[in-house]
Amino acid sequence: MIWEHFAHGADIGVRGVGTTKGEAFEQAALALTAVLTDPDAVAAKTAVDIRSEAPDGELLLVDWLNALIYEMTTRKMIFGRFAVTITGDLLTATAWGEPVDRVRHHPAVEVKAATYTALSVAQRNDGTWVAQCVVDV
Amino acid sequence: MDPSRLIRRSEHEWEIPRHGAMRVPGIIFADEALVRGMDDKVGEQVANVAALPGIVKASYAMPDAHWGYGFPIGGVAAFDPDDGGVVSAGGVGFDISCGVRTLLTGVTLAQLTPVKKALAKALYDATPAGVGSTGALRLTPSEMDAMLEGGARWAVDRGYGRPEDLDRIEERGAMAGARPAYVSEAAKRRQRDEMGTLGSGNHYLEVQHVAEIYDHAAAAAFGLEAGTVVISIHCGSRGLGHQIGTEFLREMVVAAKDAGIELPDRELACAPIRSALGERYLGAMRAAINCALANRQILTHSTRNAVRAVLPGTRLALLYDVSHNTCKVEEHVVDGRRRRLFVHRKGATRAFPPGHPDLPPQLSQAGQPVLIGGSMGTASYILAGTPESGDEAFASACHGAGRSMSRHAATKQWQGRQVVDELAARGVLIRSPSLRGVAEEAPGAYKDVTAVVDAAEAAHLARKVAKLEPVICVKG
Repeated sequence: MIWEHFAHGADIGVRGVGTTKGEAFEQAALALTAVLTDPDAVAAKTAVDIRSEAPDGELLLVDWLNALIYEMTTRKMIFGRFAVTITGDLLTATAWGEPVDRVRHHPAVEVKAATYTALSVAQRNDGTWVAQCVVDV
Repeated sequence: MDPSRLIRRSEHEWEIPRHGAMRVPGIIFADEALVRGMDDKVGEQVANVAALPGIVKASYAMPDAHWGYGFPIGGVAAFDPDDGGVVSAGGVGFDISCGVRTLLTGVTLAQLTPVKKALAKALYDATPAGVGSTGALRLTPSEMDAMLEGGARWAVDRGYGRPEDLDRIEERGAMAGARPAYVSEAAKRRQRDEMGTLGSGNHYLEVQHVAEIYDHAAAAAFGLEAGTVVISIHCGSRGLGHQIGTEFLREMVVAAKDAGIELPDRELACAPIRSALGERYLGAMRAAINCALANRQILTHSTRNAVRAVLPGTRLALLYDVSHNTCKVEEHVVDGRRRRLFVHRKGATRAFPPGHPDLPPQLSQAGQPVLIGGSMGTASYILAGTPESGDEAFASACHGAGRSMSRHAATKQWQGRQVVDELAARGVLIRSPSLRGVAEEAPGAYKDVTAVVDAAEAAHLARKVAKLEPVICVKG
């Protein structure tokens, strides 16, 4: 299970890889947090439940990341741990995090939205799942 | 992008000929070096936009065009509702009505220098910026709706700024046709704490001095004098605009599929202008324009207070306020016929020609001010619409430098502290809550804004009036 960023002209791409689609989504969420700050520096103090539904895996990834962005901006929180379950078109998840601390987290940039650019949710030949898209900052 | 794949119409105009699903040609305004520096994705995106229903004349890219979402950033396209034209949430983008306004201080650089540090502190303290920042204002639901209908006019009515500011804002400060009822509760909730905040990324509040004047008559009309100081604010519609963009893009992706519209890129999701979804988006998007105008107006008010605390008596008249992520209904003459079109500008500035009826009388002779933001530490420019600008690209010009390097690459190359120190050595004070944010926005990560505005002028999109050099930059 890994997450990474990939380059996009003006913005940044987030990519998660996991043994299941849910794990890939969890890793993509860590990559989203890493756009702002080091995910390891975020304490898992408060849990927030998220539920999304979409007609395909790619729309579901965008919905999941946008739901996190909404929770981050309205709660002024940052998340460092995720548990995602995907059953058919339905995603249920818990995100654990804490309030943004500008001194400790040094947050670099707000994320405006997850986009449909370089969007892909797919299973590779080795059976692992990759979930990725560009986010607008 | 390889220029040999384009038809060179003139020194600064390149055509992507119609092919595949393109309904109109693509046109890129740039010199050869800028074209070579553009990602191939720009050409692909220009061509994809050209395939959308109801597009008129051409799909345009400004000299600062770079790889965006669906539309290139620096993309312009107009659609005719009588010809099945569409409105595209992707064609406006997530930061609806992101824009720039410039305030005139009347203070000279020599007068500013002794109090520069004090002013940097006052502006930084007065401007909520960066991740997790909140504004001082909390709007009740009815005030939120009033703001979304009234824009900067609402803000002035509430004491943020002066009535004469409104003449110096596109749409006279209030975008007509806004429908707060079409804005979701989630979008309103996202805005609740964010009125009067700057945001982050490439948004800034910058104190600049007028380094060079190119067009003395226009500069005089704009109130720009060499050696004087101005303040420019670059930000948008904050969380409300981002949420509206997110929600309507999602809805349009699904609706387009259901309606059998073949999208070359999901980010181009759109709806017919004459459809329930198209009308809902337009009403919500216009409300977001008003949110951006109100936000910049509130920031203007806090900026005026901060400056006056350091430099008493400074009036800070508003030169102008432009928005560069919008879809607006405008009349343009196409092939000799006046048509009412829905002009999308995604990272492009409106540049109305001299004499345009929407300009206030004081600016009518000079043409619309076109405010071009540089990046932190580099020059910015003020341009003006030209008599020819109305004929080219639906009176549009560039909006900024555009990145030449990804954020990731920038943080590999620079440390935030080093960027701050180097700029300080050159006399530019950076104030930001995030050193990593500063590294990502390092001046070297952007294209040369001078090449961009020179190309815009050579292509007759706008003409240069003045060059601004940074003195203090507050970054989110």
